[in-house]
Amino acid sequence: MSGTTKDILKVAMPKGRIYKQASKLFREAGLPIPSDFDDTRKLIIELPEAGMEFIMAKPVDVPTYVEYGVADIGIVGKDVLMEENKDVYELLDLGIAKCRMSVIGLPDWKPTIHPRVATKYPNVASAYFREQGQQVEVIKLNGSIELAPMIGLADRIVDMVETGQTLRENGLVEMESIFGITSRLIANRVSYRMKNEAIQSLCDRLQETLAARV
Amino acid sequence: MSKPKVFEKPIGVKDYLPGAVAKLRHIERQVLACMQGWGYEQIMTPTMEYYDTVGVASSTSDQKLFKLLNNRGTTLVLRSDMTAPIARVVASLLKQADFPQRLSYHSNVFRAIEEEAGREAEFFQTGVELVGDSSAEADAEVVALAIASLKASGVERFKIAIGHVGFLNGLLEETLPGRIEAQEQLKGCLLGRDYVGYRQKLRELSLEEPVQRELEGILRLRGGQEICDQALQLSADVTARASIRHLCEIWDVLKAYGISEYVLIDLTMIGDFSYYTGMTFEGYAADLGFPVVSGGRYDNLLAQFGRPAPATGFALKTTRILELLGDDTEAAAERTLVIYNAAGRSDALARAQELRSQGVHVVTERVDGTRSTLETAEIGTDIPFTHKGLTYTSLVSFLGNGMKGGGTE
Repeated sequence: MSGTTKDILKVAMPKGRIYKQASKLFREAGLPIPSDFDDTRKLIIELPEAGMEFIMAKPVDVPTYVEYGVADIGIVGKDVLMEENKDVYELLDLGIAKCRMSVIGLPDWKPTIHPRVATKYPNVASAYFREQGQQVEVIKLNGSIELAPMIGLADRIVDMVETGQTLRENGLVEMESIFGITSRLIANRVSYRMKNEAIQSLCDRLQETLAARV
Repeated sequence: MSKPKVFEKPIGVKDYLPGAVAKLRHIERQVLACMQGWGYEQIMTPTMEYYDTVGVASSTSDQKLFKLLNNRGTTLVLRSDMTAPIARVVASLLKQADFPQRLSYHSNVFRAIEEEAGREAEFFQTGVELVGDSSAEADAEVVALAIASLKASGVERFKIAIGHVGFLNGLLEETLPGRIEAQEQLKGCLLGRDYVGYRQKLRELSLEEPVQRELEGILRLRGGQEICDQALQLSADVTARASIRHLCEIWDVLKAYGISEYVLIDLTMIGDFSYYTGMTFEGYAADLGFPVVSGGRYDNLLAQFGRPAPATGFALKTTRILELLGDDTEAAAERTLVIYNAAGRSDALARAQELRSQGVHVVTERVDGTRSTLETAEIGTDIPFTHKGLTYTSLVSFLGNGMKGGGTE
């Protein structure tokens, strides 16, 4: 069983917005990760010096890779974790890619008889409205959610809000905030035990770096 | 839903082809033999049970049970594990039998799945229950047998993590006396493996600095025997300390078995609190994303069947082990082909029976004419050879008017 802790740590990384912030955080924590990968199109990046291998994944797929153990750990937004509801360890709040999940609508919104809510997060949206005791029809869309209330597909939407810029530009207002979002470090159930030393030491380094940031 | 195509089957169930079955049976035989070697005797229980008895008592959550109605309208369940059925048997048919009882099983179990296809709704478990012994020796025996079973099944690299539900229960009652809701929330976070949520809850509770640090500290209580000492310093609570001492004892027994290298103590490893009452454990194999074995102590279950008794046990996830080992054992099979024509039939079939009685796998085939295609071009003298998709390691022929061949080629 020796050698298990020396294995390469496979990290599922979300492509795009979060990746740049995450790789910056890793570098701050002293991990030798070159910044020239920030815009790469490679899907698998080997980082033998850091003892890691990055798997560049679509953000919503990160928890799936980690749950099945093809990645040992991963970085993913809380929005995706809430929506996907996978069986993984949520180890650390990385404090990056900060935003919130909100209910959004037109400024003159009034309750309707048959309310419709459009969203990329159908599980989150339907759970939230159930808890509020509201009966709504949830419509799943895959992008440009802001369109829905503007063209009358739905009277409200549930989506991530970062600065609110897109909302303002399209004449929408944030009505309620559902929960805050940051990126999280997650781990597979088995890897967390089989590669515990490597994962725990990464966790500790990141935690120290985060403490120093504040 | 539209009508399924003729070759479809319900989501989550599987066909096992000969190669996979051979491997599955091999694992099953090895593991059951191992369990027998430790004095555990195999039992079988029905596939269906009453919802109100075994269904309610099982640790499987209600929405994951397969429920059906019988012709009288009574709700039945397909068994979701073997622990509750065995508890029922121990409390009824085996009521007169003395404790401790050591029972083993290999069986298919059923779980209703909601989400993705490919998650298994029917899978195999091989396991044991040790009923009527509350000692640390009994818990250690079960862990040691789990390790022996994993080895017997062919899994090489694995680790076992052991925890104890009593430690957390005790520690939380000590640090948050009477605050049941806060305790439940914290346990909920740990059970959901949500450490971020756990730390957040702790901050929201605005506890005193040392208490908060102590409760955050348990996320790191993971390692060898030294963890027990650290944990003893953390808590003065009677339940917590008794739990840790029990774990220490288990560790000592495992050391005596000479297998403590496979084991780590992990006090964040907790099972379902409503079911497990003491030690709990999980086994992890390298290269497999899901646990391969889980078990623990469940001292309250037998009482639900009217014969209160302590009990401990585990289940190997045999289907997962199969996945880990692959199913390519086809090459191992030795097979003989006996060909004959009308004239050679009696001799051929007699010879086939003789070979079978010696344990050889024999396939017989009648060929027309005196010279078969087998004999001429296709086979030649090559051994092993392939005929109609099967691989044979020898050929015996009974062809022609007189007896031709007859020996093993």
